[in-house]
Amino acid sequence: MFGQKHLLDLESYTASQILEILDTAENFRKVLDRPIPKVPVLRAKTVANLFFENSTRTRISFELAEKRLSADVVNFSASGSSVAKGETLRDTAENILAMKVDMIVMRHPDSGAARYLADRVPCSVINAGDGMHEHPTQGLLDMMTMRQHLGPLEGKKITIVGDIAHSRVARSNTWGLSKLGAEVTVCGPAPMMPLDMESLGCKVEYDLEKAIVDADAVNVLRIQLERQENQIFPGNREYARAFRMDRRMIEKLKPGAIVMHPGPMNRDVEISSEVADGDRQVILEQVTNGVAVRMAVLYLLSGGARESLGEDL
Amino acid sequence: MQIREKAQILDAADMDRAMARIAHEVIERNHGTDDLLLIGIQRRGVSLARDLQAAISRIDGTEVTLGTLDITFYRDDLSTLGPAPAVGSTELPFDINDKTVVLVDDVLYTGRTVRAAMNELMDYGRARAIQLAVLIDRGHRELPIRADFVGKNVPTSSREVIKVMVEEFDDVKKVVVGDLIDDEASDEA
Repeated sequence: MFGQKHLLDLESYTASQILEILDTAENFRKVLDRPIPKVPVLRAKTVANLFFENSTRTRISFELAEKRLSADVVNFSASGSSVAKGETLRDTAENILAMKVDMIVMRHPDSGAARYLADRVPCSVINAGDGMHEHPTQGLLDMMTMRQHLGPLEGKKITIVGDIAHSRVARSNTWGLSKLGAEVTVCGPAPMMPLDMESLGCKVEYDLEKAIVDADAVNVLRIQLERQENQIFPGNREYARAFRMDRRMIEKLKPGAIVMHPGPMNRDVEISSEVADGDRQVILEQVTNGVAVRMAVLYLLSGGARESLGEDL
Repeated sequence: MQIREKAQILDAADMDRAMARIAHEVIERNHGTDDLLLIGIQRRGVSLARDLQAAISRIDGTEVTLGTLDITFYRDDLSTLGPAPAVGSTELPFDINDKTVVLVDDVLYTGRTVRAAMNELMDYGRARAIQLAVLIDRGHRELPIRADFVGKNVPTSSREVIKVMVEEFDDVKKVVVGDLIDDEASDEA
């Protein structure tokens, strides 16, 4: 049994559930290379993508994953919808469910929105990012990409660089990686570092070079310019001077270490163009893996996996 | 799901003899092994396809290309039973267009596995022909499907289970018939 109805966060998933998703995703990754990259597992199921916050990559990735599984897809985005007219999240969800939807994928600007929805609707809910809480499918696709390059993640050293405090990607990475036994180091300017990171079992480092010299993978987070209304740091140039992954930093990396970025990139802010296009980065592999990982999540949540029976169907 | 063994149907030597005969029949039917592909259905069909490949090689000295098919994503019982973990993987590192494909599986029962396998194959291309080789045909078809090559026909009741064991997964090589002990076993259909 897969044993989960929703994917709201990686915090509530076990290591074996995470590994089952990653293993299943490898099979779907192969499906994507087929002449007809589509399988009929979600035929006659309808998935609603509710995006209350702008997203291009994640929305397209989920939509493609759903279509590759033969699901019917409805898209709903906050702009130009009834949300702009004052409808509550619950009413929006209930209206969409009344149209007989089987699963909901939701991105929302408020932390905890996915849980709120999951507690109120009978169908499975997949969190596509909720505020500053978690972005579990991003964490999973990052782990899938790391595992392809590094092998089993137990004991591997992973460094996450950026605005840790405001990053749901950092939180999902930290939860997922620590469950799989990886050693996580977070690195960023002090005002972007939450106080409780050590309690999640990770190391905190304020010096980029020290944080990456031993790393097997460096996950560079996007500096979220749109979330900086409080002016946490003086400016992009100051951030880049201390925390940008550039050639100087690449030269400090161990052989075989990879550089990742969840996108969209601010070139020459958190990552130099040279690194973003260089031979250490695996950024576009992450994007392809994202489709496979989302297919695996949709598949496993679509009915709760069971043990395989005998050879006869 | 527990199975209580009742009787052994084939031992290892019987299985080898059945495979040797099927190998002859495959070569006879296809006038040799040109443009022939063997594709085993995960998991035990893969072991048997390997046996069939070896048997063909002993007869005419050619090594027929081998592939594997995992039909998990093509099952038609997802809505009633829920998804199963994909136990193997589909590996078809060749073009199936205009080739003759021999699908290999251990037991032919309802025919739904073969239906799923054919659907999956068609997503890879248009084979010139698809033939089916099974070690055991136990009857109870639910779809209009029949095997081209059969190791042994075994009339069964639907309460019984046929278990094909291969060294790769079971450490022994034999075929047994048994009864299901668990009540949930009737889900197996």
